[in-house]
Amino acid sequence: MPSGLPLLTLVIWIPIVAGVVVLATGSDRSARLARRLALLGSVVGFLVTLPLWAQFDPAAHGMQFQELHPWISRFHVNYHLGIDGVSLLLILLNSFTTVLIVIAGWHVIEARVSQYMAAFLILSGVMNGVFAALDGLLFYVFFEATLIPMFIIIGVWGGPNRVYAAVKFFLYTLLGSLLTLIALIYLYNAADGSFAILDWHKLKLGLSAQVLVFLAFLMAFAVKVPMWPVHTWLPDAHVEAPTGGSVVLAAIMLKLGGYGFIRLSLPIAPDASHSLSGFIIALSLIAVVYIGLVALVQTDMKKLIAYSSISHMGFVTMGLFLFNAIGFEGAVLQMISHGFVSAALFLCVGVLYDRLHSRQIADYGGVVNTMPVFAAFFMLFAMANSGLPGTSGFVGEFQVILGAMKVSFWYAALAATTLMLGAAYTLWMYRRVVFGAIANGKVASLKDVNAREIVFLSALAVAVLAMGLWPYPMGEVLHTSVSDILSHVAQSKL
Amino acid sequence: MDTLNLLPAAPEIFALIMVCAILIVDLFLDDSRRHVSFMLTLITLLVTAVLAAAGAGGVHHAFNGMFVADPMAQSLKVFICISVGAMLVYSREYARSRGLFRGEFFVLALFATLGMMVMVSASHFLTLYLGLELMSLSLYSMVALSRDSAAATEAAMKYFVLGALASGMLLYGLSMVYGATGSLQIAEVAAKIASHHANQTLLVFGLVFVVAGLGFKLGAVPFHMWLPDVYHGAPTAVTLLIGSAPELATFAFVLRILAVALGGQGLLVEWQQMLILLAVLSMAVGNVTAIAQTNIKRMLAYSTISHMGFMLLGILSGSVNGYGAAMFYIVTYVLTVAGAFAVIMLLSREGFEAEQLDDFKGLNQRNPWYAFMMLLIMFSLAGIPPAVGFYAKLTVFQAVIDKGMIWLAVVAVLFSLVGAFYYLRVVKLMYFDAPQDSAPLHSTVDVRALISANGLAILVLGLLPGGLMELCQRAIQASL
Repeated sequence: MPSGLPLLTLVIWIPIVAGVVVLATGSDRSARLARRLALLGSVVGFLVTLPLWAQFDPAAHGMQFQELHPWISRFHVNYHLGIDGVSLLLILLNSFTTVLIVIAGWHVIEARVSQYMAAFLILSGVMNGVFAALDGLLFYVFFEATLIPMFIIIGVWGGPNRVYAAVKFFLYTLLGSLLTLIALIYLYNAADGSFAILDWHKLKLGLSAQVLVFLAFLMAFAVKVPMWPVHTWLPDAHVEAPTGGSVVLAAIMLKLGGYGFIRLSLPIAPDASHSLSGFIIALSLIAVVYIGLVALVQTDMKKLIAYSSISHMGFVTMGLFLFNAIGFEGAVLQMISHGFVSAALFLCVGVLYDRLHSRQIADYGGVVNTMPVFAAFFMLFAMANSGLPGTSGFVGEFQVILGAMKVSFWYAALAATTLMLGAAYTLWMYRRVVFGAIANGKVASLKDVNAREIVFLSALAVAVLAMGLWPYPMGEVLHTSVSDILSHVAQSKL
Repeated sequence: MDTLNLLPAAPEIFALIMVCAILIVDLFLDDSRRHVSFMLTLITLLVTAVLAAAGAGGVHHAFNGMFVADPMAQSLKVFICISVGAMLVYSREYARSRGLFRGEFFVLALFATLGMMVMVSASHFLTLYLGLELMSLSLYSMVALSRDSAAATEAAMKYFVLGALASGMLLYGLSMVYGATGSLQIAEVAAKIASHHANQTLLVFGLVFVVAGLGFKLGAVPFHMWLPDVYHGAPTAVTLLIGSAPELATFAFVLRILAVALGGQGLLVEWQQMLILLAVLSMAVGNVTAIAQTNIKRMLAYSTISHMGFMLLGILSGSVNGYGAAMFYIVTYVLTVAGAFAVIMLLSREGFEAEQLDDFKGLNQRNPWYAFMMLLIMFSLAGIPPAVGFYAKLTVFQAVIDKGMIWLAVVAVLFSLVGAFYYLRVVKLMYFDAPQDSAPLHSTVDVRALISANGLAILVLGLLPGGLMELCQRAIQASL
């Protein structure tokens, strides 16, 4: 299996180096060059993740493709990378999405192209770093470093209220993660000077210490996911961000939170996780039901999808804290599926926005008459968002509901309302935007999707259908990792 | 110590000879050839740094134990020379266009450097005080160098009066320590305190004055009043000087008095509590007040106050680990803040001071590279990885948490969140807003190169902070 190449290092640093190169092309006079280099960088970045997928051994326990080099000797911090099935899927999703974003921004972004492309490439590499880091400090550095490019993306290429949204995004997430830093240092001291996450997994901690560590982690990850009631930054950020920013935010960045629960909270503080699971599930169910209702009344398409994201991420946090294999696996699959579906929906809104410069549902109506191909794609993604069987949206949600049923009928019953609510807000929006008579002259003059847009929409359509019809390969990658994590979490540390 | 060994003091002696030489040489130069003294000054700093770096490792005393060359002093001297040299390069154009490019400017800067070097190498309260006064008097006059500026004169006056007050307090405190221990020699004072023969009441009484004096010099709340006015009123070149190298010297100063001389068991707890108060107040007042500033020099002044609070966290932990963390903090802070003032000077031109935050609007469109450098600087000050400022915060937090003061780390974290807001605002102005000013930014090649090196050092040290951390830790370990 060892191929000689440090694959994970390449997965992290190729996009970052590509980003720096793109940045060096400078002003908009060389925008064409910047776009091409960015595409090249993102495609190469995606290609190097394929050997990971091919060489990954689904049956093996523990972390694979490990790399270990000393980094900061004073604190015994190591550049320690390694992945299991969960990280593998998220890295693939991330690298795949980056290619789409570069294509989606091709002609849409005309100002400061090199900086735009570079920000996304660097962000992509840094997020791969979060998913691959096995050292607590390395994890934190990558986790925090994602803030800088995203802040710039929202603030520079965003909508009219972008400054407010960017600052809110930054400070909100920073508040959460700074307390995590304290928890990390506490763990470092408790583990006799080790930042290794795998050492922390084995570290014995008393219940009160576990609860404090768990809550400190919760601050960071709950904001990132985002869980109700710390979700309020997300609708602002989504509405103001450019299309690419919304896509990355929804498809990948929210998963940093879910991944943090899997990699840090659950294994390091298993007893606290068990005793607080009711609390987390309650928050998740509020997100699923209440935020689902909130989504129903939105008049702005992006806001609606943003609330729908929060509602769907509620499934993820719920699935993780059910402590059974089917729920946990469902949660991870839901993360991946949500990555595809939310990316696709934001791109669809982006397609409309590029033409009419409005995100208001009321400004549209009858789009199907002028953009039939687009309407078909949009239909597929709307269905996937409502959890239609045969699309990726169904796989994760169904598994989480099954897992919830094993724990409590009422959990499952409440969670299942999302199948109604999700269908209601998504399809209602779809009907108002796409069907009906042509609402106004602007809609009448719309042009259907061009070749570039068909490329990224069909790539996502294939992903959504493939995952919905044949989720087996993904499940296979996850089985061993998930059962390892769950058996670890089942052991008390007290 | 019966033989006269001058070798440990070689860098200082060389610097002193060169200052006198430059003072004379400059008399015979007309304005068109002023760059000769400029170059001589830079060469002096370079050679001094090399002499300091080349000094034998280990601890060496000179002048009957009044002077010590140890690894901490050595590395701090190198950093001091580098930062003063960088300040001179950064401010050449700025000083020239404002009539500051004169012999006095160089000579005073060198005298201040000499004072700082004596401070970091002092092992006797008198030497310590001599160094402090040499540095302070040079800096007072440098603030007043632009004679026609009312703001600068006012700042110099304030700086002088409050500085003298602080020195007075410090001396008063030290005199009580002398009364209690019968010695001014740092090692002897420490030994006397350790033997429990010193009068504890008198010592604690003296300690209060000493801490107040040090608080003034550091600019820690509630002794910070002078700092914003001086930063604001002084010519930016001088602000850069005041805001950078002296912090390094003051760090050594604080460490030698508190940790070494008065670091005995009973006293450590006393000053630890005082420093906790100073640190929390500094972080609170500094960060909150900085938000309200519209002048970037004032903003950076309040930011300095808050950073002194963070640095004190390392010292108040009272462990070698914490002192190393504080040293790492102060070295990286100086590196960062020097870059910030350099960018301010870069935006200024003849007859125009880029002092307002609004002057940074749209810098990304005017010059993306400088905007990127300033972005790195701001994120470093805010403590966001991968900039080096993050590791500085990490090390001091670790030192505090190691001593079981988690609450203090939580407080510090909350205030650093407050701080992030106004650093972000600068980034917002540079990147999100349209430029108000379209004047082209002129700079010479050396400034461009140095500012790039400065900014990239923040990033590179952020990716590979291990070496510098290790250096600071070793220096402290070998010197205490």
